[in-house]
Amino acid sequence: MTSGTRRTGLEKIMKTVLLISALASVLIVLLIFVFTLKEAMPAFREIGVWKMLSGTTWRPGNGEFGILAMIAGSGLVTLGAIIIGVPLALGTAVFLSEIAPEWIVRVVRPSIELLAGIPSVVYGLFGMVIIVPLVRMIPAPGNAGFGLLSASIVLAVMVLPTIANISEFAIRSVPRGYKEGSLALGATKWETISRVMIPAARPGIISAVVLGLGRALGETIAMIMVIGNSVILPTAMTDNPLSIFLSRARTLTGNIAVEISYATGVHESALFATGVVLFILIMLVNSSARFLLKKGAQ
Amino acid sequence: MNKRMLTQNAAFGMFWLAGIVAVLIMAFVVGYIFVKGFPGISLDFFTTSPRGGLSGDGGIYSTVVTTFYMIVVTLTFATPLGVGAAIYLTEYSANTENKVVRKLVTVARFGVETLAGVPSIVFGLFGYALFVSALNFGFSILSASLAGACLIIPVIIRTTEEALKSVPSGYREGSLALGANRWETTWKVVLPAAFRGISTGILLSAGRIVSETAIFFVTLGGSYRVPHSLMSGGRTMALHVYYLAMETRAFDKAMSTAAVLVGLIIVMNLTINMITSKIAAK
Repeated sequence: MTSGTRRTGLEKIMKTVLLISALASVLIVLLIFVFTLKEAMPAFREIGVWKMLSGTTWRPGNGEFGILAMIAGSGLVTLGAIIIGVPLALGTAVFLSEIAPEWIVRVVRPSIELLAGIPSVVYGLFGMVIIVPLVRMIPAPGNAGFGLLSASIVLAVMVLPTIANISEFAIRSVPRGYKEGSLALGATKWETISRVMIPAARPGIISAVVLGLGRALGETIAMIMVIGNSVILPTAMTDNPLSIFLSRARTLTGNIAVEISYATGVHESALFATGVVLFILIMLVNSSARFLLKKGAQ
Repeated sequence: MNKRMLTQNAAFGMFWLAGIVAVLIMAFVVGYIFVKGFPGISLDFFTTSPRGGLSGDGGIYSTVVTTFYMIVVTLTFATPLGVGAAIYLTEYSANTENKVVRKLVTVARFGVETLAGVPSIVFGLFGYALFVSALNFGFSILSASLAGACLIIPVIIRTTEEALKSVPSGYREGSLALGANRWETTWKVVLPAAFRGISTGILLSAGRIVSETAIFFVTLGGSYRVPHSLMSGGRTMALHVYYLAMETRAFDKAMSTAAVLVGLIIVMNLTINMITSKIAAK
Protein backbone atom coordinates (compact mmCIF):
# COMPACT_ATOMS: atom_id res chain seq x y z
CA MET A 1 0.00 0.00 0.00
CA THR A 2 2.86 2.40 0.85
CA SER A 3 4.37 1.85 -2.59
CA GLY A 4 0.92 2.67 -3.98
CA THR A 5 0.79 6.01 -2.18
CA ARG A 6 4.36 6.80 -3.24
CA ARG A 7 3.35 6.15 -6.82
CA THR A 8 0.31 8.41 -6.59
CA GLY A 9 2.45 10.99 -4.82
CA LEU A 10 4.97 11.02 -7.68
CA GLU A 11 2.12 11.23 -10.17
CA LYS A 12 0.76 14.31 -8.39
CA ILE A 13 4.15 15.99 -8.14
CA MET A 14 4.90 15.36 -11.82
CA LYS A 15 1.53 16.70 -12.86
CA THR A 16 2.28 19.98 -11.09
CA VAL A 17 5.85 20.16 -12.42
CA LEU A 18 4.65 19.56 -15.98
CA LEU A 19 1.89 22.14 -15.64
CA ILE A 20 4.46 24.70 -14.49
CA SER A 21 6.70 23.97 -17.48
CA ALA A 22 3.68 24.29 -19.78
CA LEU A 23 3.01 27.72 -18.33
CA ALA A 24 6.68 28.75 -18.50
CA SER A 25 6.26 30.18 -22.01
CA VAL A 26 3.48 32.51 -20.88
CA LEU A 27 5.57 33.57 -17.90
CA ILE A 28 8.54 34.31 -20.15
CA VAL A 29 6.38 36.35 -22.53
CA LEU A 30 4.94 38.32 -19.59
CA LEU A 31 8.39 38.78 -18.07
CA ILE A 32 9.78 40.05 -21.38
CA PHE A 33 6.92 42.46 -21.87
CA VAL A 34 6.91 43.79 -18.30
CA PHE A 35 10.69 44.10 -18.12
CA THR A 36 11.08 45.82 -21.46
CA LEU A 37 8.18 48.16 -20.72
CA LYS A 38 9.55 49.00 -17.28
CA GLU A 39 12.93 49.89 -18.76
CA ALA A 40 11.22 51.91 -21.48
CA MET A 41 9.04 53.94 -19.08
CA PRO A 42 11.59 56.70 -18.30
CA ALA A 43 11.95 57.41 -22.04
CA PHE A 44 8.20 57.40 -22.62
CA ARG A 45 7.73 59.72 -19.64
CA GLU A 46 10.57 62.14 -20.32
CA ILE A 47 10.34 62.31 -24.10
CA GLY A 48 6.69 61.42 -24.63
CA VAL A 49 5.33 58.51 -26.63
CA TRP A 50 4.06 60.61 -29.51
CA LYS A 51 7.20 62.69 -29.74
CA MET A 52 9.26 59.52 -30.00
CA LEU A 53 7.03 57.92 -32.62
CA SER A 54 6.80 61.04 -34.78
CA GLY A 55 10.29 62.46 -34.27
CA THR A 56 12.62 62.22 -37.26
CA THR A 57 15.90 63.02 -35.53
CA TRP A 58 17.74 60.55 -33.36
CA ARG A 59 20.65 62.31 -31.67
CA PRO A 60 21.22 60.72 -28.26
CA GLY A 61 23.95 63.28 -27.54
CA ASN A 62 21.43 66.12 -27.94
CA GLY A 63 18.64 64.37 -26.14
CA GLU A 64 16.68 63.86 -29.38
CA PHE A 65 15.06 60.43 -29.61
CA GLY A 66 12.70 60.27 -32.59
CA ILE A 67 12.32 56.79 -34.08
CA LEU A 68 10.22 57.61 -37.14
CA ALA A 69 13.24 57.15 -39.41
CA MET A 70 13.74 53.64 -38.03
CA ILE A 71 10.04 52.82 -38.36
CA ALA A 72 10.25 53.96 -41.99
CA GLY A 73 13.46 51.96 -42.48
CA SER A 74 11.92 48.75 -41.11
CA GLY A 75 8.71 49.33 -43.06
CA LEU A 76 10.40 50.05 -46.39
CA VAL A 77 12.89 47.19 -46.21
CA THR A 78 10.06 44.80 -45.33
CA LEU A 79 7.98 46.13 -48.21
CA GLY A 80 10.92 45.66 -50.56
CA ALA A 81 11.52 42.12 -49.34
CA ILE A 82 7.85 41.24 -49.81
CA ILE A 83 7.76 42.70 -53.35
CA ILE A 84 10.85 40.75 -54.37
CA GLY A 85 10.30 37.61 -52.29
CA VAL A 86 6.57 36.88 -52.48
CA PRO A 87 6.28 36.09 -56.23
CA LEU A 88 9.26 33.75 -56.01
CA ALA A 89 8.03 32.12 -52.81
CA LEU A 90 4.47 31.60 -54.06
CA GLY A 91 5.74 30.38 -57.42
CA THR A 92 7.89 27.83 -55.61
CA ALA A 93 4.97 26.80 -53.39
CA VAL A 94 2.64 26.17 -56.36
CA PHE A 95 5.46 24.41 -58.21
CA LEU A 96 6.13 22.06 -55.29
CA SER A 97 2.52 21.30 -54.46
CA GLU A 98 0.97 20.97 -57.93
CA ILE A 99 3.48 20.77 -60.74
CA ALA A 100 6.87 19.31 -59.86
CA PRO A 101 7.42 15.57 -60.34
CA GLU A 102 8.29 13.71 -57.15
CA TRP A 103 12.03 13.53 -57.82
CA ILE A 104 12.25 17.29 -58.42
CA VAL A 105 10.41 17.91 -55.15
CA ARG A 106 13.12 15.85 -53.48
CA VAL A 107 15.72 18.31 -54.78
CA VAL A 108 13.86 21.59 -54.30
CA ARG A 109 12.49 21.01 -50.82
CA PRO A 110 15.84 20.26 -49.12
CA SER A 111 17.28 23.31 -50.91
CA ILE A 112 14.64 25.51 -49.32
CA GLU A 113 15.21 23.80 -45.96
CA LEU A 114 18.87 24.66 -46.26
CA LEU A 115 18.05 28.29 -47.13
CA ALA A 116 16.04 28.40 -43.91
CA GLY A 117 18.96 26.99 -41.95
CA ILE A 118 21.68 29.35 -43.18
CA PRO A 119 22.55 31.73 -40.32
CA SER A 120 21.54 35.34 -40.82
CA VAL A 121 25.11 36.49 -40.28
CA VAL A 122 26.10 34.41 -43.33
CA TYR A 123 23.38 36.11 -45.39
CA GLY A 124 24.73 39.44 -44.14
CA LEU A 125 28.26 38.53 -45.18
CA PHE A 126 27.04 37.33 -48.58
CA GLY A 127 25.11 40.58 -48.96
CA MET A 128 28.20 42.65 -48.14
CA VAL A 129 30.48 40.93 -50.65
CA ILE A 130 28.02 40.16 -53.50
CA ILE A 131 24.79 42.19 -53.35
CA VAL A 132 26.18 45.53 -52.13
CA PRO A 133 28.84 45.81 -54.89
CA LEU A 134 26.17 44.92 -57.49
CA VAL A 135 23.75 47.56 -56.18
CA ARG A 136 26.61 50.07 -56.08
CA MET A 137 26.81 49.81 -59.89
CA ILE A 138 23.42 51.52 -60.24
CA PRO A 139 24.30 55.08 -61.24
CA ALA A 140 22.81 57.55 -58.75
CA PRO A 141 24.45 60.33 -56.75
CA GLY A 142 25.34 59.17 -53.25
CA ASN A 143 24.58 55.49 -53.94
CA ALA A 144 27.02 53.55 -51.78
CA GLY A 145 25.48 50.11 -52.31
CA PHE A 146 24.65 49.81 -48.64
CA GLY A 147 20.97 50.63 -48.27
CA LEU A 148 17.35 49.57 -48.55
CA LEU A 149 17.65 47.76 -51.90
CA SER A 150 20.55 45.55 -50.82
CA ALA A 151 18.81 44.86 -47.53
CA SER A 152 15.50 44.04 -49.29
CA ILE A 153 17.20 41.56 -51.62
CA VAL A 154 18.93 39.78 -48.73
CA LEU A 155 15.74 39.78 -46.69
CA ALA A 156 13.69 38.44 -49.63
CA VAL A 157 15.88 35.32 -49.69
CA MET A 158 15.61 34.98 -45.92
CA VAL A 159 11.79 35.03 -45.86
CA LEU A 160 11.45 32.78 -48.93
CA PRO A 161 11.44 29.51 -46.93
CA THR A 162 8.82 30.74 -44.43
CA ILE A 163 6.42 31.92 -47.12
CA ALA A 164 7.02 28.99 -49.49
CA ASN A 165 6.62 26.29 -46.81
CA ILE A 166 3.41 27.60 -45.28
CA SER A 167 1.84 28.35 -48.68
CA GLU A 168 2.75 24.91 -49.98
CA PHE A 169 1.10 23.38 -46.93
CA ALA A 170 -2.00 25.55 -47.49
CA ILE A 171 -2.31 24.46 -51.12
CA ARG A 172 -1.77 20.80 -50.23
CA SER A 173 -4.52 21.01 -47.60
CA VAL A 174 -7.19 21.89 -50.18
CA PRO A 175 -9.52 18.85 -50.34
CA ARG A 176 -8.79 16.53 -53.29
CA GLY A 177 -12.41 16.68 -54.37
CA TYR A 178 -12.10 20.34 -55.39
CA LYS A 179 -9.37 19.52 -57.84
CA GLU A 180 -11.00 16.37 -59.17
CA GLY A 181 -14.30 18.18 -59.61
CA SER A 182 -12.70 20.99 -61.56
CA LEU A 183 -10.71 18.65 -63.79
CA ALA A 184 -13.80 16.48 -64.37
CA LEU A 185 -15.68 19.56 -65.57
CA GLY A 186 -13.10 19.92 -68.33
CA ALA A 187 -10.90 22.65 -66.82
CA THR A 188 -7.20 22.45 -67.66
CA LYS A 189 -4.67 21.90 -64.88
CA TRP A 190 -3.75 25.59 -64.92
CA GLU A 191 -7.38 26.70 -64.77
CA THR A 192 -7.85 24.36 -61.83
CA ILE A 193 -4.81 25.77 -60.04
CA SER A 194 -5.57 29.41 -60.68
CA ARG A 195 -9.34 29.38 -60.19
CA VAL A 196 -9.89 26.57 -57.69
CA MET A 197 -6.79 25.62 -55.73
CA ILE A 198 -5.27 29.07 -55.09
CA PRO A 199 -8.59 30.74 -54.14
CA ALA A 200 -9.35 27.83 -51.78
CA ALA A 201 -5.91 28.15 -50.18
CA ARG A 202 -6.02 31.96 -50.05
CA PRO A 203 -6.34 32.41 -46.24
CA GLY A 204 -3.35 30.11 -45.72
CA ILE A 205 -1.33 31.89 -48.40
CA ILE A 206 -2.12 35.32 -46.98
CA SER A 207 -1.14 34.25 -43.49
CA ALA A 208 2.09 32.81 -44.92
CA VAL A 209 2.92 36.22 -46.36
CA VAL A 210 2.00 37.95 -43.09
CA LEU A 211 4.19 35.54 -41.10
CA GLY A 212 7.02 36.27 -43.55
CA LEU A 213 6.42 39.95 -42.88
CA GLY A 214 6.78 39.36 -39.14
CA ARG A 215 10.01 37.48 -39.72
CA ALA A 216 11.30 40.31 -41.90
CA LEU A 217 10.50 42.99 -39.30
CA GLY A 218 12.40 41.02 -36.67
CA GLU A 219 15.59 40.38 -38.63
CA THR A 220 18.58 42.11 -37.08
CA ILE A 221 22.12 41.05 -37.90
CA ALA A 222 21.84 40.70 -41.68
CA MET A 223 20.16 44.11 -41.78
CA ILE A 224 22.91 45.85 -39.79
CA MET A 225 25.46 44.43 -42.20
CA VAL A 226 23.94 45.70 -45.46
CA ILE A 227 21.56 48.58 -44.79
CA GLY A 228 24.11 51.27 -43.92
CA ASN A 229 22.62 52.07 -40.49
CA SER A 230 22.38 55.85 -41.04
CA VAL A 231 19.50 57.41 -39.13
CA ILE A 232 17.83 59.27 -41.98
CA LEU A 233 14.30 59.35 -43.23
CA PRO A 234 14.77 57.62 -46.61
CA THR A 235 14.07 59.87 -49.60
CA ALA A 236 14.37 59.45 -53.36
CA MET A 237 17.90 60.22 -54.56
CA THR A 238 17.04 61.02 -58.18
CA ASP A 239 13.89 62.04 -60.09
CA ASN A 240 12.82 58.41 -60.05
CA PRO A 241 10.80 57.79 -56.86
CA LEU A 242 12.04 54.18 -56.80
CA SER A 243 15.51 55.52 -56.01
CA ILE A 244 14.30 55.82 -52.42
CA PHE A 245 15.43 52.20 -52.16
CA LEU A 246 19.02 53.26 -52.83
CA SER A 247 18.93 55.31 -49.64
CA ARG A 248 20.74 54.20 -46.53
CA ALA A 249 18.49 53.48 -43.58
CA ARG A 250 18.36 51.89 -40.15
CA THR A 251 15.84 49.36 -38.86
CA LEU A 252 14.24 49.31 -35.40
CA THR A 253 16.12 46.08 -34.67
CA GLY A 254 19.42 47.54 -35.85
CA ASN A 255 18.93 50.62 -33.70
CA ILE A 256 18.78 48.45 -30.60
CA ALA A 257 21.66 46.16 -31.51
CA VAL A 258 24.08 48.88 -32.61
CA GLU A 259 23.70 51.13 -29.57
CA ILE A 260 22.65 49.04 -26.57
CA SER A 261 26.18 48.08 -25.48
CA TYR A 262 27.25 51.66 -24.70
CA ALA A 263 23.94 53.43 -24.01
CA THR A 264 23.13 54.77 -20.54
CA GLY A 265 20.29 56.73 -18.91
CA VAL A 266 17.51 58.03 -21.16
CA HIS A 267 19.38 56.82 -24.22
CA GLU A 268 19.30 53.23 -22.92
CA SER A 269 15.65 53.64 -21.97
CA ALA A 270 14.86 54.95 -25.47
CA LEU A 271 16.37 51.78 -26.93
CA PHE A 272 14.08 49.68 -24.73
CA ALA A 273 11.22 51.86 -26.00
CA THR A 274 12.32 50.95 -29.53
CA GLY A 275 12.08 47.31 -28.41
CA VAL A 276 8.55 47.82 -27.08
CA VAL A 277 7.45 49.36 -30.40
CA LEU A 278 9.00 46.44 -32.29
CA PHE A 279 7.43 43.88 -29.95
CA ILE A 280 3.94 45.39 -30.31
CA LEU A 281 4.31 45.70 -34.08
CA ILE A 282 5.29 42.04 -34.44
CA MET A 283 2.59 40.88 -32.02
CA LEU A 284 0.01 42.66 -34.18
CA VAL A 285 1.38 41.14 -37.39
CA ASN A 286 1.60 37.61 -35.97
CA SER A 287 -1.83 37.65 -34.35
CA SER A 288 -3.42 38.81 -37.60
CA ALA A 289 -1.71 35.89 -39.33
CA ARG A 290 -3.10 33.51 -36.70
CA PHE A 291 -6.54 35.07 -37.05
CA LEU A 292 -6.44 34.52 -40.83
CA LEU A 293 -5.31 30.93 -40.39
CA LYS A 294 -8.16 30.21 -38.00
CA LYS A 295 -10.66 31.86 -40.31
CA GLY A 296 -9.31 29.76 -43.16
CA ALA A 297 -9.66 26.57 -41.12
CA GLN A 298 -13.37 27.17 -40.55
CA MET B 1 -2.68 23.29 -79.52
CA ASN B 2 -5.44 25.61 -78.34
CA LYS B 3 -5.17 28.88 -76.44
CA ARG B 4 -6.01 27.33 -73.06
CA MET B 5 -3.15 24.88 -73.32
CA LEU B 6 -0.80 27.68 -74.43
CA THR B 7 -1.73 29.70 -71.32
CA GLN B 8 -1.15 26.62 -69.23
CA ASN B 9 2.28 26.01 -70.71
CA ALA B 10 3.28 29.64 -70.19
CA ALA B 11 2.10 29.56 -66.57
CA PHE B 12 3.77 26.24 -65.84
CA GLY B 13 6.97 27.59 -67.38
CA MET B 14 6.94 30.41 -64.82
CA PHE B 15 6.45 27.97 -61.94
CA TRP B 16 9.29 25.75 -63.14
CA LEU B 17 11.40 28.89 -63.29
CA ALA B 18 10.48 29.80 -59.70
CA GLY B 19 11.47 26.36 -58.45
CA ILE B 20 14.72 26.41 -60.40
CA VAL B 21 15.58 29.93 -59.19
CA ALA B 22 15.02 28.88 -55.56
CA VAL B 23 17.48 26.00 -55.99
CA LEU B 24 19.97 28.21 -57.83
CA ILE B 25 19.90 30.83 -55.05
CA MET B 26 20.70 28.11 -52.51
CA ALA B 27 23.44 26.68 -54.72
CA PHE B 28 24.95 30.10 -55.36
CA VAL B 29 24.97 31.25 -51.71
CA VAL B 30 26.33 27.95 -50.38
CA GLY B 31 28.69 27.46 -53.33
CA TYR B 32 30.12 30.96 -53.05
CA ILE B 33 30.72 30.66 -49.29
CA PHE B 34 32.41 27.26 -49.76
CA VAL B 35 34.56 28.28 -52.71
CA LYS B 36 35.76 31.46 -51.00
CA GLY B 37 35.96 29.89 -47.55
CA PHE B 38 37.65 26.52 -48.07
CA PRO B 39 41.13 27.80 -49.07
CA GLY B 40 41.51 29.39 -45.63
CA ILE B 41 40.53 26.26 -43.74
CA SER B 42 43.29 24.03 -42.40
CA LEU B 43 43.95 22.09 -39.21
CA ASP B 44 45.62 25.23 -37.80
CA PHE B 45 42.45 27.19 -38.43
CA PHE B 46 40.61 24.95 -35.97
CA THR B 47 43.37 24.66 -33.37
CA THR B 48 44.46 28.27 -32.94
CA SER B 49 42.41 31.02 -31.35
CA PRO B 50 41.81 34.43 -32.94
CA ARG B 51 44.69 36.70 -31.96
CA GLY B 52 42.55 39.80 -31.89
CA GLY B 53 43.85 43.03 -33.31
CA LEU B 54 42.74 44.52 -36.57
CA SER B 55 44.13 41.98 -39.03
CA GLY B 56 41.85 39.13 -37.96
CA ASP B 57 44.85 36.85 -37.48
CA GLY B 58 44.53 33.37 -36.06
CA GLY B 59 41.94 30.63 -36.29
CA ILE B 60 38.61 29.91 -34.66
CA TYR B 61 39.48 27.54 -31.80
CA SER B 62 38.01 29.62 -28.97
CA THR B 63 34.84 30.36 -30.97
CA VAL B 64 34.29 26.64 -31.56
CA VAL B 65 34.66 26.02 -27.81
CA THR B 66 32.25 28.86 -26.98
CA THR B 67 29.71 27.61 -29.53
CA PHE B 68 29.89 24.14 -27.98
CA TYR B 69 29.41 25.54 -24.44
CA MET B 70 26.49 27.66 -25.62
CA ILE B 71 24.76 24.63 -27.16
CA VAL B 72 25.22 22.49 -24.05
CA VAL B 73 24.21 25.12 -21.49
CA THR B 74 21.23 26.45 -23.48
CA LEU B 75 19.88 22.96 -24.10
CA THR B 76 20.32 22.13 -20.40
CA PHE B 77 17.98 25.01 -19.55
CA ALA B 78 15.52 24.61 -22.41
CA THR B 79 15.13 20.85 -22.90
CA PRO B 80 13.49 19.90 -19.55
CA LEU B 81 11.14 22.88 -19.75
CA GLY B 82 10.24 22.33 -23.40
CA VAL B 83 9.77 18.57 -23.17
CA GLY B 84 7.84 18.96 -19.88
CA ALA B 85 5.52 21.52 -21.45
CA ALA B 86 4.91 19.28 -24.46
CA ILE B 87 4.14 16.29 -22.21
CA TYR B 88 1.59 18.33 -20.29
CA LEU B 89 -0.02 19.66 -23.46
CA THR B 90 -0.32 16.28 -25.20
CA GLU B 91 -0.41 13.61 -22.46
CA TYR B 92 -2.08 15.29 -19.51
CA SER B 93 -4.53 17.78 -20.91
CA ALA B 94 -5.92 15.89 -23.91
CA ASN B 95 -9.64 15.07 -23.66
CA THR B 96 -9.94 16.67 -20.24
CA GLU B 97 -13.37 17.82 -19.08
CA ASN B 98 -11.92 20.09 -16.41
CA LYS B 99 -12.66 23.69 -17.39
CA VAL B 100 -9.77 25.20 -15.43
CA VAL B 101 -7.27 22.87 -17.11
CA ARG B 102 -8.73 23.72 -20.50
CA LYS B 103 -8.32 27.45 -19.82
CA LEU B 104 -4.75 26.89 -18.67
CA VAL B 105 -3.97 24.94 -21.82
CA THR B 106 -5.37 27.73 -24.00
CA VAL B 107 -3.22 30.24 -22.11
CA ALA B 108 -0.16 27.99 -22.38
CA ARG B 109 -0.64 27.53 -26.13
CA PHE B 110 -1.02 31.26 -26.61
CA GLY B 111 2.25 31.70 -24.72
CA VAL B 112 4.10 29.22 -26.92
CA GLU B 113 2.80 30.80 -30.13
CA THR B 114 3.65 34.30 -28.95
CA LEU B 115 7.11 33.28 -27.79
CA ALA B 116 7.77 31.67 -31.17
CA GLY B 117 7.09 35.03 -32.86
CA VAL B 118 9.24 37.23 -30.62
CA PRO B 119 12.16 38.62 -32.66
CA SER B 120 15.55 37.54 -31.36
CA ILE B 121 16.80 41.06 -30.67
CA VAL B 122 13.96 41.44 -28.15
CA PHE B 123 15.19 38.29 -26.38
CA GLY B 124 18.61 39.93 -26.45
CA LEU B 125 17.27 43.17 -25.00
CA PHE B 126 15.42 41.24 -22.29
CA GLY B 127 18.49 39.13 -21.53
CA TYR B 128 20.61 42.26 -21.36
CA ALA B 129 18.21 43.98 -18.93
CA LEU B 130 17.49 40.99 -16.70
CA PHE B 131 20.51 38.66 -16.77
CA VAL B 132 23.40 40.94 -17.74
CA SER B 133 22.36 44.00 -15.71
CA ALA B 134 19.70 43.35 -13.06
CA LEU B 135 20.94 39.93 -11.92
CA ASN B 136 24.53 41.01 -12.50
CA PHE B 137 25.58 37.92 -14.47
CA GLY B 138 27.46 40.28 -16.80
CA PHE B 139 28.24 39.48 -20.42
CA SER B 140 28.60 35.76 -19.97
CA ILE B 141 27.74 32.30 -21.23
CA LEU B 142 25.17 32.11 -18.43
CA SER B 143 23.34 35.31 -19.49
CA ALA B 144 23.49 34.43 -23.18
CA SER B 145 22.24 30.87 -22.76
CA LEU B 146 19.35 31.93 -20.52
CA ALA B 147 18.29 34.42 -23.21
CA GLY B 148 18.95 31.81 -25.90
CA ALA B 149 16.76 29.28 -24.07
CA CYS B 150 13.74 31.57 -24.61
CA LEU B 151 14.38 31.31 -28.36
CA ILE B 152 14.44 27.52 -28.53
CA ILE B 153 11.80 26.54 -25.95
CA PRO B 154 8.99 26.92 -28.55
CA VAL B 155 10.98 24.84 -31.05
CA ILE B 156 11.43 22.01 -28.54
CA ILE B 157 7.78 22.15 -27.45
CA ARG B 158 6.48 21.92 -31.03
CA THR B 159 8.74 19.10 -32.17
CA THR B 160 8.23 17.12 -28.96
CA GLU B 161 4.45 17.48 -29.28
CA GLU B 162 4.66 16.11 -32.83
CA ALA B 163 6.79 13.21 -31.60
CA LEU B 164 4.43 12.38 -28.73
CA LYS B 165 1.37 12.55 -30.99
CA SER B 166 2.92 10.02 -33.36
CA VAL B 167 3.11 7.39 -30.60
CA PRO B 168 0.11 5.05 -31.17
CA SER B 169 -2.56 5.45 -28.48
CA GLY B 170 -2.59 1.67 -28.01
CA TYR B 171 0.78 1.98 -26.20
CA ARG B 172 -0.78 4.27 -23.61
CA GLU B 173 -3.98 2.27 -23.28
CA GLY B 174 -1.99 -0.95 -22.82
CA SER B 175 0.18 0.57 -20.12
CA LEU B 176 -2.74 2.21 -18.30
CA ALA B 177 -4.74 -1.02 -18.48
CA LEU B 178 -1.86 -2.84 -16.78
CA GLY B 179 -2.27 -0.49 -13.82
CA ALA B 180 0.47 2.04 -14.53
CA ASN B 181 -0.48 5.63 -13.81
CA ARG B 182 -0.14 8.54 -16.24
CA TRP B 183 3.41 9.48 -15.28
CA GLU B 184 4.67 5.89 -15.33
CA THR B 185 3.07 5.43 -18.73
CA THR B 186 4.67 8.64 -20.04
CA TRP B 187 8.10 7.94 -18.57
CA LYS B 188 8.43 4.26 -19.38
CA VAL B 189 6.32 3.83 -22.51
CA VAL B 190 5.57 7.04 -24.40
CA LEU B 191 8.88 8.91 -24.02
CA PRO B 192 11.07 5.97 -25.11
CA ALA B 193 8.82 5.47 -28.15
CA ALA B 194 9.05 9.18 -29.02
CA PHE B 195 12.78 9.43 -28.35
CA ARG B 196 13.89 9.80 -31.97
CA GLY B 197 11.37 12.50 -32.75
CA ILE B 198 12.34 14.43 -29.65
CA SER B 199 16.01 14.16 -30.52
CA THR B 200 15.42 15.79 -33.93
CA GLY B 201 13.82 18.73 -32.09
CA ILE B 202 16.83 19.04 -29.83
CA LEU B 203 19.17 18.88 -32.81
CA LEU B 204 17.10 21.53 -34.57
CA SER B 205 17.41 23.73 -31.49
CA ALA B 206 21.17 23.21 -31.40
CA GLY B 207 21.20 24.45 -34.99
CA ARG B 208 19.31 27.57 -33.95
CA ILE B 209 21.92 28.29 -31.27
CA VAL B 210 24.74 27.79 -33.78
CA SER B 211 23.03 30.23 -36.19
CA GLU B 212 21.86 32.84 -33.70
CA THR B 213 23.78 36.10 -33.63
CA ALA B 214 21.55 38.98 -32.50
CA ILE B 215 20.86 37.64 -28.98
CA PHE B 216 24.50 36.83 -28.32
CA PHE B 217 25.65 40.12 -29.81
CA VAL B 218 24.07 41.93 -26.84
CA THR B 219 24.52 39.31 -24.08
CA LEU B 220 27.74 37.35 -24.69
CA GLY B 221 30.26 40.18 -24.75
CA GLY B 222 32.33 39.13 -27.76
CA SER B 223 35.64 38.27 -26.06
CA TYR B 224 37.77 36.06 -28.32
CA ARG B 225 39.44 34.24 -25.40
CA VAL B 226 38.65 30.64 -24.50
CA PRO B 227 35.87 30.70 -21.87
CA HIS B 228 36.79 29.05 -18.56
CA SER B 229 33.48 29.19 -16.68
CA LEU B 230 29.79 29.96 -17.01
CA MET B 231 30.56 33.56 -16.09
CA SER B 232 33.07 34.04 -18.92
CA GLY B 233 32.10 36.07 -21.93
CA GLY B 234 32.91 34.79 -25.37
CA ARG B 235 31.95 34.75 -29.03
CA THR B 236 30.31 31.97 -30.96
CA MET B 237 31.37 31.18 -34.53
CA ALA B 238 28.42 33.16 -35.89
CA LEU B 239 29.32 36.16 -33.75
CA HIS B 240 32.93 35.80 -34.90
CA VAL B 241 31.79 36.09 -38.53
CA TYR B 242 30.02 39.34 -37.62
CA TYR B 243 33.03 40.86 -35.87
CA LEU B 244 35.39 39.79 -38.66
CA ALA B 245 33.18 41.33 -41.35
CA MET B 246 32.03 44.47 -39.58
CA GLU B 247 34.91 45.45 -37.31
CA THR B 248 38.09 43.83 -38.56
CA ARG B 249 37.02 43.79 -42.22
CA ALA B 250 38.87 40.49 -42.53
CA PHE B 251 36.60 39.05 -45.20
CA ASP B 252 38.78 36.01 -45.99
CA LYS B 253 38.64 34.80 -42.40
CA ALA B 254 34.94 35.67 -42.23
CA MET B 255 34.30 33.53 -45.33
CA SER B 256 36.24 30.58 -43.90
CA THR B 257 34.37 30.78 -40.60
CA ALA B 258 31.08 31.09 -42.50
CA ALA B 259 31.99 27.99 -44.54
CA VAL B 260 32.55 26.00 -41.33
CA LEU B 261 29.24 27.31 -40.01
CA VAL B 262 27.30 26.37 -43.16
CA GLY B 263 29.02 22.98 -43.29
CA LEU B 264 27.95 22.30 -39.72
CA ILE B 265 24.35 23.32 -40.49
CA ILE B 266 24.29 21.00 -43.54
CA VAL B 267 25.54 18.06 -41.44
CA MET B 268 22.88 18.80 -38.80
CA ASN B 269 20.12 19.02 -41.44
CA LEU B 270 21.22 15.72 -42.99
CA THR B 271 21.22 14.03 -39.58
CA ILE B 272 17.73 15.34 -38.83
CA ASN B 273 16.46 14.12 -42.21
CA MET B 274 18.06 10.72 -41.64
CA ILE B 275 16.41 10.30 -38.24
CA THR B 276 13.07 11.52 -39.60
CA SER B 277 13.09 9.09 -42.53
CA LYS B 278 13.99 6.26 -40.15
CA ILE B 279 10.95 7.16 -38.06
CA ALA B 280 8.80 7.21 -41.18
CA ALA B 281 10.12 3.80 -42.24
CA LYS B 282 9.19 2.18 -38.95
